[in-house]
Amino acid sequence: MTALDLARLQFATTTIFHFLFVPLSIGLAFYVAVNQTLHYRTGKEVYARQVHFWGRLMLLSFAVGVVTGIIQEFQFGMNWSEYSRFVGDIFGAPLAMEALIAFFLESTFLGFWIFAKGRVSPKTHLTSIWLVSVGSILSAFFIIAANSWMQHPVGYKMVKGKPQLDDIWAVITNNTAIAAYIHVIMAAALTVSLVTIGVSAHHLRRDHQVDTFTTAIKVALPILVVGAIGSFLAGDQLARLLVKQQPMKMSAAEALFNTEAPAAFSIFATGDFTANPGHTNRNLKVPHVLSLLATRSLDGKVLGINQIQEQYVAKYGPGNYVPYVAVVYWSFRTMVYLFGAMALFALIGLILWRRGKLATSRRFQLIAIWMAITPFIVNTAGWVMTEVGRQPWIVQGLMLTRNANSPLVSTAQVAGTLIGFTLIFTVLGGVALWLFLREARKGVPDEPLTPDGADVPDLTLSY
Amino acid sequence: MHTVDYSFLQALWFILIAVLWIGFFVLEGFDFGVGMLLRRVGHTEADRRAILHAIGPMWDGNEVWLLTAGGATFAAFPLWYASMFSGFYLALFLVLVALIIRGVSFEFWGKDDRPRWRATWEWTMVIGSFLASLLFGVAWANIVKGVPINAQQNFTGSLFTLLNPYALLGGVTLVLLFISHGAIFLNMKTAGDLPERARGVARWASPAAAVAGIAFLVWTVINMNDRTGASVAVAIVGAITALLLATAAVSELVRRPAIAFAISTAAIAMLFVTLFVDLFPDVMPSSTSPAFNLTIANTSSSSTTLTIMAIVAAVMVPIVLAYTAWAYWVFRKRVSPEDFDLTTKNPFDLVGSGGTGAGPDAGGAPAG
Repeated sequence: MTALDLARLQFATTTIFHFLFVPLSIGLAFYVAVNQTLHYRTGKEVYARQVHFWGRLMLLSFAVGVVTGIIQEFQFGMNWSEYSRFVGDIFGAPLAMEALIAFFLESTFLGFWIFAKGRVSPKTHLTSIWLVSVGSILSAFFIIAANSWMQHPVGYKMVKGKPQLDDIWAVITNNTAIAAYIHVIMAAALTVSLVTIGVSAHHLRRDHQVDTFTTAIKVALPILVVGAIGSFLAGDQLARLLVKQQPMKMSAAEALFNTEAPAAFSIFATGDFTANPGHTNRNLKVPHVLSLLATRSLDGKVLGINQIQEQYVAKYGPGNYVPYVAVVYWSFRTMVYLFGAMALFALIGLILWRRGKLATSRRFQLIAIWMAITPFIVNTAGWVMTEVGRQPWIVQGLMLTRNANSPLVSTAQVAGTLIGFTLIFTVLGGVALWLFLREARKGVPDEPLTPDGADVPDLTLSY
Repeated sequence: MHTVDYSFLQALWFILIAVLWIGFFVLEGFDFGVGMLLRRVGHTEADRRAILHAIGPMWDGNEVWLLTAGGATFAAFPLWYASMFSGFYLALFLVLVALIIRGVSFEFWGKDDRPRWRATWEWTMVIGSFLASLLFGVAWANIVKGVPINAQQNFTGSLFTLLNPYALLGGVTLVLLFISHGAIFLNMKTAGDLPERARGVARWASPAAAVAGIAFLVWTVINMNDRTGASVAVAIVGAITALLLATAAVSELVRRPAIAFAISTAAIAMLFVTLFVDLFPDVMPSSTSPAFNLTIANTSSSSTTLTIMAIVAAVMVPIVLAYTAWAYWVFRKRVSPEDFDLTTKNPFDLVGSGGTGAGPDAGGAPAG
């Protein structure tokens, strides 16, 4: 493996690990804020217990998410110095804005929320958790805007062979960024609702704290429904933008090697074990569906990988412009199929709620426990598709990944730090998962909670 | 957009980045120091809990200053960011490891009662805080001193290039300064036995930090003889810094803990003002050839980017400072180990004593 391969592996490892926690943190901050608002409005103790229980899990998620987030900002410079030099005029701005506008807000008020209970009015305390939620939701926007610029560069002009910022508004309102942002926020909604429903189902199956956890599911189900509808609509929008902006990624995701009109949606395909097999061996297809998804017409034309490759050679010069087809195809399928399962699960949940059987349906509860794992797979698959599908470009049409890494950072250095990070993530991930499951199994504390007005530290949440 | 002078914008951003780094060092400096002293000042579990509570509400926000400094450097001086981060590769990896193990130890520590578990996350706190302080000192000393950089703006040395005597002195200085800063902070922010123990640390750490700091400043001024720059300005700023360091060492900790903390803060700030004044207009001089020096001019973003980011900073920095200051104000009270002595206070007692606060639920049923 070359330093470049290892740097790519390191980026994949650190980003995937980081992103296991990001949607969960964003989602839990919102979920806790909703419960605290319900408590503030109704005064019902069941919501206060929700805040304490899910708040503890939220803090665990934030702890790992925050410390691994620092790596993300550092590694652009560490492993990708040529990339940083090339795009710095544009790419650095959203990162700095993220820190100034979102991270300060999120971090300051997270600390405030943990420790200020009893020192400030319940209203101020409630405001602080909403500021954490707003901060975390805002921070996602800036990083998605930065990433979307790599997928669909806009608002720049080329000066001495490098992109220079021309229109920051275009970068911020990039249609790719808007669609991807909504998609990611809705993924956070799916993540938090499925995790909270799964944890609650675990307790309901044991008839443990039934009222509390039935309430938890009732708060989570609407979030799940909104997340399912929202991520479908945003994903659909994103797919149609892909056809125009990154047709190669879309065609690779469909294993569509040759142009079709009308184009069929592939359900299950196999190909040879190479990066670009050039054709599928088996391919089970539904006619017209891809045309419909990509072009909004039943017979619309969708370009194939082979034809796009020819176009790119004509446009960018000789080279291979095809990503690893199987990875893009299967990551897309993983995302779509598991999403289908989530949507179905949401529907069943709604029906059971209507029939008053949420607390009693053992089958639903068993499925719910397993569904809690799916958002993490879906979130990872989504990013794998997005990032692998852009290859060989690091910035679509402007810079190739192979020209982007740090030229004087040796293979040994990248390998050493990759091993180091992997070890840390294994230990950290293991400890975090163990603590998360243990806390989740404990359920809501039985003893009385520290009252809002108590002028003593709240040891339920703080350390 | 282009009416503001380009070189003025570059200088402005140099100053802003200096401010962000100084903000990071004076704020996270005390929680690094407190982290290093966790086991030295905290003897019982209640002590350690009180110590963690003293920095608990702030440390995460303090660390955002680093993220902002990094992001701002990427936005305003991308070529500096690229050279520095790829050049200090292994050192930054170690910084990341230190910040990770330290950051999670806050959250993990309280999640289990077993002594070994507690001790593990206390030690990751101590080691992480120490390592990060040392490495930031080493890194900044190297930036000021100059490192081998070639014509392509790439660092050509190794980790060992960075471990030179001057840089190590910088690292030791920062460790001592932060220990002193952390002890002075604990003296101000804790109650019970803790302030006296913190003063015990400050009594040796502050003079030691002053000696190391003055030696480091003298060496810095000697180093810069062969370079262009405002030697006189550096010497003056350095002298003020030395004076502050010396004052911090002998300051009256008992009667005026807040003043002692203010002096300690000023000393750290002035040390870095000295380094940034020395550095300007370079951002990372090349020890290979002055022709390859990274400067604000040859590493900066376009004037458009600098202007936009200046507007964002002008709007956001006052807002951030305002709510940060307010949060610090809310947590102005001293933290006492007695609040955490679980043998005398269980949640039922807390409910009974809950009538002191402002909330509508106070004193009533445990409504949470």
